[in-house]
Amino acid sequence: MSNPHANTNVELVIEAGRSEKNYWNDLWRYRELFYILSWRDIKVRYKQTTLGAAWGIIRPLLTMIIFSLVFGRVANLAKNSAYPYPLLVFTGLLPWQFFSSALSDAGNSLIGNTSLISKVYFPRMIIPASAVITSLVDFAISFGILVVMMLFLHFPPSARIMFLPFFVLLSLLLSVGLGLYLTALNVKYRDFRYIIPFILQIGIYVTPVGYSSNRIATQFSETFRFWYSLNPIVGIIDGFRWSILGEPLYMPGFISSLVMTLGFIWLGIWYFRKTEKGFADKI
Amino acid sequence: MSDTIIKVEGLSKRYIIGHETQERYLTLRDTVAGRAKKIFSFPSRLKSQKKDPSKEEFWALKNIDFEIKKGERVGIIGRNGAGKSTLLKILSRITEPSSGRINIRGRAASLLEVGTGFHPELSGRENIYLNGAILGMSRAEIRLKFDEIVSFAEVEKFLDTPVKRYSSGMYVRLAFSVAAHLEPEILIVDEVLAVGDAQFQKKSLGKMEDVSRNEGRTIILVSHNMAAIKGLCTDAIFLHKGEKVLQGNVYESLEKYLSFDQTELNRETRWKREKFFPPKNIYVQEAELIDDQTKDKFSLLVNLKIYSSSSARIGVNFRIKDGMGFPIALGCVHYDHSEKLTLEPGDNEFAISSFPLNMAIGAYKLSIEIVFSGSEVLDTLEDCIQFELNNEGLAKRKYGLMQSWGYGSTEIIFSDVKRTN
Repeated sequence: MSNPHANTNVELVIEAGRSEKNYWNDLWRYRELFYILSWRDIKVRYKQTTLGAAWGIIRPLLTMIIFSLVFGRVANLAKNSAYPYPLLVFTGLLPWQFFSSALSDAGNSLIGNTSLISKVYFPRMIIPASAVITSLVDFAISFGILVVMMLFLHFPPSARIMFLPFFVLLSLLLSVGLGLYLTALNVKYRDFRYIIPFILQIGIYVTPVGYSSNRIATQFSETFRFWYSLNPIVGIIDGFRWSILGEPLYMPGFISSLVMTLGFIWLGIWYFRKTEKGFADKI
Repeated sequence: MSDTIIKVEGLSKRYIIGHETQERYLTLRDTVAGRAKKIFSFPSRLKSQKKDPSKEEFWALKNIDFEIKKGERVGIIGRNGAGKSTLLKILSRITEPSSGRINIRGRAASLLEVGTGFHPELSGRENIYLNGAILGMSRAEIRLKFDEIVSFAEVEKFLDTPVKRYSSGMYVRLAFSVAAHLEPEILIVDEVLAVGDAQFQKKSLGKMEDVSRNEGRTIILVSHNMAAIKGLCTDAIFLHKGEKVLQGNVYESLEKYLSFDQTELNRETRWKREKFFPPKNIYVQEAELIDDQTKDKFSLLVNLKIYSSSSARIGVNFRIKDGMGFPIALGCVHYDHSEKLTLEPGDNEFAISSFPLNMAIGAYKLSIEIVFSGSEVLDTLEDCIQFELNNEGLAKRKYGLMQSWGYGSTEIIFSDVKRTN
């Protein structure tokens, strides 16, 4: 009985300002639409390009090589690195690329599905959520590359790799939270179409993708590192490196990341639900 | 009552229209600038709080009440802007009402567009599952009806072809076929019957009617196609400017609608060219219909002012459309018929009149074309004149045909009956 309207005896009441009493129930009943929209996004993504899934491999691999060269050789950050530099870059790139593609896809998802929103009812949260799933597939491919690289470089992961799913979940929640907030804002203020790429462009410079965040402490100071870690992705990348490479974890940074992520998920859901009813009129 | 399936009480929908911005959405810059303006221009602040002159309320629906019983097929009629689509959007939960309450008992599905969510890159098969899910069918349900959907759409051979390679007819047939296999207790349909070839339209209408009759399904249909409404619906609700004028059986409502429509018609019996950009050698500057309704028979009497850069022989075509926009008559005046239709350089004025016409009471639109040697069109004024035949002359006639009856717009006057046996 997965039909959205299967329960015939329930009377539907439509009223102004009636906050859906069973909002989350409704979301659950529409899960099949969520699966199929995610499946559509994935399918279309790989169907439209000639190289298809190869892009999922080429993109992170090329970025990794360029970052290793620029940060490792040109900026000479690789000098006394305890780990193979490409691995350091890749463990930073993995959550960053997931976060940035999830955020930009989710941020533009409502605008990109205007015809659905203005013609059919369903809990709108499905749209940004399914956009994030596509990025999760890319993430899985990239993770495969990481495994191959580790085998190739003879770098066995520590036992702490069992905590990795937690950090994946954290980055997922962060991008969903921010994505919900930005996509709802995007409906109201179209400026966000330009703001999101801008945030991401700035983001890569204030995020330790090409270097270890320990560098921040050694280069500047511990206090500076704390302020730097207010960027919620810093804690997530540190967490990735902690569980894969065995870098020590900077606790204040991790806690700030956790708190910010929960804060963003709350903000995202709250704002999205507040504005959701007006989407069809504004979009 | 227990067989009331939809109950609408005091339903209203208000939109705020901004006059400054043309777009429906804001930009951050406008909001920031607007706030800054409010803070810095203190004296006008109190005033602007009272009423913002740049914003205006618009009631798309005002205090609508109605009930629909199980198994009824209800048409919603009204002119553009009457609130039909807003009503359907609220019933389908796409948008929220500003006030009022609706109770819906039973599973409802809405079809506001054919092929919502169809993706051009995906194959026919994939799009059936996608579109079905969007319309509220479960995967199991779609699997069950899959073959039926495909054969109804007549696209068996192209199931695995991306729909971007489909002809527009195939695309629409597939989209409609998915929709036609929805099995809700209440089906809400907007204007979608206007697509597809005539034969397929008939098939779809037939399918809808079948299901409704045999399974007691409730249908709510918005359409401008009066024939579709008449053919499918048992009842109709007539909306005008957001208010309900009438809910009654379909014939009653349609008649009210069509006669109501005409009293509100924009009469434009004079037409004047305002701007003229492309340098044409021959064009109409002014056209006027002399509209004398006091005679018992109506004739077309048109004054034309035509500019020409040189001497020329032309023809003039007059085309008439009825109130629903269907072309009903053509009249041609050519140089061959009347040597008077010769243009001299400069302005040329003509008065052209027809024999009496037997046209039904109702609204009409007149288009004028200037042609050269019968086929080359020099200037076209599409629907430049709108006029209306009313009851004034009717008093002098024995009886009158009305457009709203749907029996046609021109009357055939028989001259004689002879007994031949």
